[in-house]
Amino acid sequence: MTLLAAAALALFVSIVLLLIRLFIGPTLYDRVLAVNSVGTKIVVLLALVGFLMGRPDFLDIALLYALINFVTTIAILKFFRYRSFQVSLIKPEAEQNGEAQ
Amino acid sequence: MSDTATAVSQVDLSVVLIDICVLSMMAVTAIAIARLRSLFALVMLSGVYSLLSATWFVIVDAVDVAFTEAAVGGGISSALILGAMLLTVRVAKEDKPLKRLAPALVVIATGGVLLYATIDLPGFGDANSPANMYLAQEYLQRNYPDIGIPNVVTSVLASYRGFDTFGETGVVFIAGVAVALLLGFGERSLSASLAKRQKGEEE
Repeated sequence: MTLLAAAALALFVSIVLLLIRLFIGPTLYDRVLAVNSVGTKIVVLLALVGFLMGRPDFLDIALLYALINFVTTIAILKFFRYRSFQVSLIKPEAEQNGEAQ
Repeated sequence: MSDTATAVSQVDLSVVLIDICVLSMMAVTAIAIARLRSLFALVMLSGVYSLLSATWFVIVDAVDVAFTEAAVGGGISSALILGAMLLTVRVAKEDKPLKRLAPALVVIATGGVLLYATIDLPGFGDANSPANMYLAQEYLQRNYPDIGIPNVVTSVLASYRGFDTFGETGVVFIAGVAVALLLGFGERSLSASLAKRQKGEEE
């Protein structure tokens, strides 16, 4: 129990640090990375809370959060690269060459 | 016996502590959202805010709400706001200080009224509260023999209230199709015409 509580405390400290980075983060990518890491910390936190409350079924929810977090980060980065969701991530060879010029 | 009691109180204490931590982080995020001017940072912060609130929903045992909040608030809505942001400027205009005072007062007053209303609420998980005394007990007892699904919320949503849920699903589907038709597909879609316009401006 003490172990789990200490782990939860450590997670809270790291989330607070990430929130600070999110507030002051000078560039866009700092903020995207901070959001992604907050999501990861929350996934671990949910698993810990599940064990703290004696309900390990929270693990399923933590897994779902991990999936949503990953997809959201990819979506945001894709949006900033292509300004649209309607672009396939793998481009044909010719177009790639055209873009490089 | 006393061992179990102390264990239970320890669990309660740690849950209360986690509650306080999550809620204070939500408050700090909300204040930052109100103060920051960079729109992109706001989108990111609102994503974090909904993740934190979803965590809090899980802690207070509203798992279905937490699922919805994580998927809609953390996923789809930040993507939608990002799309809207691309159509406008990146940094919000600075308001006059006095202009921000009135909304702040309204928010504080509403929050105060809501806090005042919580005094009358029954305690969390109170067995004698009206919500737990009449129909809920009936459902809790009959749910498993009737439907055979251990989760009561699921059995109410998908079986006792099945037609209602079916209608809701239909409404959501029609709304989605209508939005998709308005935005369009392929060459005549909104994003394609915007991209075309942008290309024309660059040339």
